[in-house]
Amino acid sequence: MAINRNFRTCPTTGLVFHEQADRLIRWNAVAGVVSLLVGGVLALLVTLTRWPAVHLLPADWFYLVLTAHGLDMLVFWIIFFEIAVLYFCGAVLLRCRIAAPRWAWLGFALMVIGAVTNNVAVFRGDSSVMFTSYAPMGAHPAFYLGLILFAVGALIGCFVFLGTLVVARSEGTFHGSLPLVTFGAVTACIIAIFTIASGAIILIPTFLWSIGLVSHIDSLMYRTVWWAFGHSSQQINVAAHVSIWYAIAAIVFGAKALSERVSRTAFLLYICFLQLASAHHLLADPGLTSNWKIFNTSYAMYLAVLASMVHGLTVPGAIEVAQREKGYNRGLFEWLRKAPWGNPVFSGMFISLVGFGFLGGISGVMMGTEQLNLIIHNTIYVPGHFHATVVVGTTLAFMSMTYFLIPVLFRRELMFPGLARWQPYLFGLGMSSFALFMMGAGTLGVPRRHWDITFAGNPLGYEFPGTAYLMMGIMALSGIVAVVGGIAYLLITVGSVFFGKRIGGSEFKALSVREGRASPPAPQPVAAAITGHGSIGIGGFVAPGTFTLALVFLVAFVLYYFVNWKYLSTLWPLS
Amino acid sequence: MSAIQPPAVRVWWKQPLDRVEGTWIAIAFVWCLVMFFMMPYWHVYGKQNLSNEAYRTTPERYQQKTQEIVDRYTVRTETDLKVPVVHPPAGSDVYLIARLWQWWPMLELEEGKTYRLHLASMDWLHGFSLQPENINVEVHPGYEHVVTLTPTRAGTYSIICNEYCGINHHTMASRLYVVKR
Ligand code: HEM
Ligand SMILES: [Cu+2]
Ligand SMILES: [Cu+2]
Repeated sequence: MAINRNFRTCPTTGLVFHEQADRLIRWNAVAGVVSLLVGGVLALLVTLTRWPAVHLLPADWFYLVLTAHGLDMLVFWIIFFEIAVLYFCGAVLLRCRIAAPRWAWLGFALMVIGAVTNNVAVFRGDSSVMFTSYAPMGAHPAFYLGLILFAVGALIGCFVFLGTLVVARSEGTFHGSLPLVTFGAVTACIIAIFTIASGAIILIPTFLWSIGLVSHIDSLMYRTVWWAFGHSSQQINVAAHVSIWYAIAAIVFGAKALSERVSRTAFLLYICFLQLASAHHLLADPGLTSNWKIFNTSYAMYLAVLASMVHGLTVPGAIEVAQREKGYNRGLFEWLRKAPWGNPVFSGMFISLVGFGFLGGISGVMMGTEQLNLIIHNTIYVPGHFHATVVVGTTLAFMSMTYFLIPVLFRRELMFPGLARWQPYLFGLGMSSFALFMMGAGTLGVPRRHWDITFAGNPLGYEFPGTAYLMMGIMALSGIVAVVGGIAYLLITVGSVFFGKRIGGSEFKALSVREGRASPPAPQPVAAAITGHGSIGIGGFVAPGTFTLALVFLVAFVLYYFVNWKYLSTLWPLS
Repeated sequence: MSAIQPPAVRVWWKQPLDRVEGTWIAIAFVWCLVMFFMMPYWHVYGKQNLSNEAYRTTPERYQQKTQEIVDRYTVRTETDLKVPVVHPPAGSDVYLIARLWQWWPMLELEEGKTYRLHLASMDWLHGFSLQPENINVEVHPGYEHVVTLTPTRAGTYSIICNEYCGINHHTMASRLYVVKR
């Protein structure tokens, strides 16, 4: 079969879309949004049940719905969208055809079949085991089978992405090094391959166990290997959404990295250190030594945390420099005040960055500290932390990206632009407050995944303090605000994709390899290109505003860190 | 040239660090070191460290050891289920069973005394969560975890389960009494 070499150029952005890549990105994004829709309905039900004053669902439904919410959101929504992001960063940014589109479709089909199989298993009612499915609690075999099929599909997607890079190189569609954003996507892809391998190592034996071919699964072994999969997959999300932050900074402001070297090294640190981090899920477990725990959870000395702190500076720093170069060079924060706060592509990305750092990042380090974990393990602080990372951070970043993709990829005008201006604020701030109050309740000991913290009718029940109930109530209200933000997002995206006004002027045309080759960049004197950023900034700092924000972050981090140690020191002595 | 395009110059790695970046990396790195050293520091100077002592066990063996202390040190029973309340001698080994959906037996400890608390599950994973102290430990089947602890304040405490363990997970709660000597 002849290779499909049909391309179109987007008239507004100049991006080049290969026909198959275009279609694959759209379908993966749509599958992701459908999962988000299902997961979002379930989110509302879960939230209304955890609101003590409402307590909506009966216990069996609560645990079922919570299992499905975790899977549809964390696994299906996020990974479908991530595959779309990989194809975008590969084929579109490199102006290249996608490698092996038939394999890509096969991968997509497997993912869809896997996601449906898994959901059916959960909704049948005999697989309410939570997305972690800790053995020896068992689910229906279809539960594991669905996850395995989905993972194989995602793995194919990763290899299609890597293949696309090879094609781009050999057909010469770009010159020099990969763009930073694509480089970030490569790190996400490498982590994904490691992650899926760990997933196979744990899920395949568990599947065999569920059909009776393996007699015993050790619970500690299960948790150790499962988290090599479960935690690493979170680092895919981090690498992916950091890449999107850079992409949006580039798209909205024309920003480039402060220095390519620093940003790329930070991405490499993710690959080098984060597999170790999965150990921080095992800090409260028996049978592992403190040395092992300290080495692993500190990611061998917090070098992956360092990487995130670096990105947290360089992304807004890049925006600041771009803005200052445009003339917004007064004072510390003119660049930020004059940023396009009404553009959801930017506002969503910026809330994602701030929320991820302040709420998700700081709380993550607390839980991941060997001793501090004692006061946090399995409390509702934990979902508080990861709603700040994977919802405010990853999900909101992906949402802002879709506002950019609808006109350029789906070629439709955005519907409800007024609502779109507000959507990131509703969702981002609602979710931030939701996460914050979850953490507050967790600090008071409220457990996660718990149907009834009033222990109604139980003579031995525990009475949580009134503040805990108050926090759970505010949490639920904030969650509802976030759900409204989520509905707004679905309304805008689904509405635009199906009913938005079509944007023409960009038809697919066959392009030969020679025509697709990138023209070599205009020769530039090396010396000029590698010296800094001219005369912007204050006191030799090109991005003084960002630096100030970073220091505020650091102070919050340090204070909160030691407050937790102080709290720990009041506990009963343990050894 | 922006971040979605290839870097403008091939030798991008020669671009010198900006002062903002260099300063921030140095500060962040020092902070990462501080956080790293806090953990070993607390092992030496802090009082709250989760024990590393654990043994493999089986439900039968663990049940039997627990039964022994229940037989010797039960002081009363509570609730309709007649859960034994065990008051073991100060400094001794205390056993607690986690099973679907109960903590067994109930413990009564003395303020200021140190105990070796053994934790194991008979079936699935459970979560030992002592409230309002807020001490949380994962309980595995097949592993006997020995935690040395010293209750410092008399009172009635609760042990709830905070690892999801099936449909009645939320009913799994018990007491722990700390009495003055
Ligand atoms: C409006 C948005 C959302 C709301 C209001 C919401 C609410 C909740 C609530 C109340 C819980 C239960 C916590 C517990 O009882 O332990 C929960 C769990 C969870 N949520 Fe969300 N959520 C939202 C969006 C998301 C998104 C976008 C993701 C992932 C990308 C996500 C991932 C999870 C996961 C993984 C769990 C844990 C399930 C488990 O413990 O097994 N949520 N969510
Ligand atoms: Cu339990
Ligand atoms: Cu439980």
